[in-house]
Amino acid sequence: MLHNFGQYLLFLKTLVTRAESLKIIFKRTIDEAILIGTNSVFIVALVSTFIGAVSTVQVSYNMVNALIPRSTIGFIVREMVILELAPTITSIVLAGKVGSSIAGGLGTMKITEQVDALEVMGVNSVSYLVLPKILASLLVFPMLVVIAMFLGLLGGYVAGTATGELTAQEYITGIRIDFIPYNVVFALIKSVIFSFLISSISSFRGYNTSGGALEVGAASTTAVTQSVIAVLIADFISAQLLL
Amino acid sequence: MIEIHNIHKSFDGKKVLDGISGVFETGKTNLLLGASGTGKSVLLKCIVGLVKPDIGSVTFDGTYFTNNKLDIRQEIRRKIGMLFQGSALFDSMTVEENVEFPLKMLSHMPKSERMDRVNFCLQRVGLENANKKMPSELSGGMKKRVGIARAIAPNCTYLFCDEPNSGLDPLTALKIDALIAEITEEYNITTIVVTHDMNSVIEIGEKIMFLYEGKKIWEGSRDNILDAEVPELKEFIFANRLMRDAKKVEKGAAK
Ligand SMILES: Nc1ncnc2c1ncn2[C@@H]1O[C@H](COP(=O)(O)OP(=O)(O)O)[C@@H](O)[C@H]1O
Ligand SMILES: [Mg+2]
Repeated sequence: MLHNFGQYLLFLKTLVTRAESLKIIFKRTIDEAILIGTNSVFIVALVSTFIGAVSTVQVSYNMVNALIPRSTIGFIVREMVILELAPTITSIVLAGKVGSSIAGGLGTMKITEQVDALEVMGVNSVSYLVLPKILASLLVFPMLVVIAMFLGLLGGYVAGTATGELTAQEYITGIRIDFIPYNVVFALIKSVIFSFLISSISSFRGYNTSGGALEVGAASTTAVTQSVIAVLIADFISAQLLL
Repeated sequence: MIEIHNIHKSFDGKKVLDGISGVFETGKTNLLLGASGTGKSVLLKCIVGLVKPDIGSVTFDGTYFTNNKLDIRQEIRRKIGMLFQGSALFDSMTVEENVEFPLKMLSHMPKSERMDRVNFCLQRVGLENANKKMPSELSGGMKKRVGIARAIAPNCTYLFCDEPNSGLDPLTALKIDALIAEITEEYNITTIVVTHDMNSVIEIGEKIMFLYEGKKIWEGSRDNILDAEVPELKEFIFANRLMRDAKKVEKGAAK
């Protein structure tokens, strides 16, 4: 366990020592970012819309006290979506989607000697393959989280008004009560931390694959599991430190 | 010329290479022969620097490689072309991009010059119309050809091939062997081919080292390998019925 963690730190160090030229890293990062973005935007949109919708229906179901204004539902949904659901659930979804694809892709390159082929050419394979994936994640995850926030709130609006639980006016008023812009910043900071954890852990797992197709599958699974655990721990710590 | 000196390598306490020394000559196809699992691939990886030997050193044309400064090692690596056992083509890139890749990473050639070189190399290995194909669309033999094209694209001085004809039918295997030998002679480069195939030995083995359990136990060429008196090598060669028959015919002719 500790040995693994030490290896992970050494792996992170090779990312920045003897890096490839900025031009190459930049181009590869853009390519990876487009790939990550286009591959995950649909699932993120779907999950966040539904989570916003379900949250609204459930909160409203639990708010039977007639003394509390219905707009409070919008307020609670906003707090949940922005602070926790959008950054954390999105990251967990992305750990599954992006983490497994990073680990699987690198693992396959490793066992088919494509990584060796790069190294023989004198290319630093870690910097060439992994650094762009991590940078792209840092760039794209926060964007996806912003989309998730918006769609979560929109999903809540649609579900709330369609079921007749509250009026559009009440919902809009609700999501504007006591709005603290820092919460959005906080969520984005979290998403940056999560994106680093997911992409680096998955890369580490993929890059250290040896053996055959079976091991590639195992590396993918381990990558997702460990990324999710790391995200949840980091979520807890950042709530303690930053709020 | 590549010289290796007293190479040792163990994995988790298991000895794989046990003190191998030797010289690989320029302009010749040097073979590393041996059964599966004797450490041929590991030795090749030690020579190109993918695996670090526990003891021992490698010298490329007089320049010390193992444990030398990074920029000197990088300088030598730029002159190395390698064909991997499974071809190791980058599967997200087309054939053309695969061959162009080392040029893009290692040289400052402008795009048009790079494409000229790519087309030249693909033509050299007999693949004119495959530029836009993906590796997954290629047959085993074509993959090897692309691998060779990629290895020679940056004008390599040293060419390493790990079992270039494994998994190929005998005819295609022969063609790949012949291609490697031709290229070696044509560009006067130092080529090391790992193989366990007696056909390759007879076709292209100008200089052969026979490895057995991590040691070099015989050295020679295709001209004298059939007369070798090392029992392990004899067993290896004459495991094949055809080779036994060939030997009988030869003996008969000598009488
Ligand atoms: N990275 C490695 N870690 C542990 N053992 C290895 C590694 N690479 C090779 N070996 C072992 O070294 C031995 C020789 O392997 P190899 O050089 O691939 O044989 P071959 O002569 O067939 O190419 C095998 O027993 C293999 O299990
Ligand atoms: Mg081998």
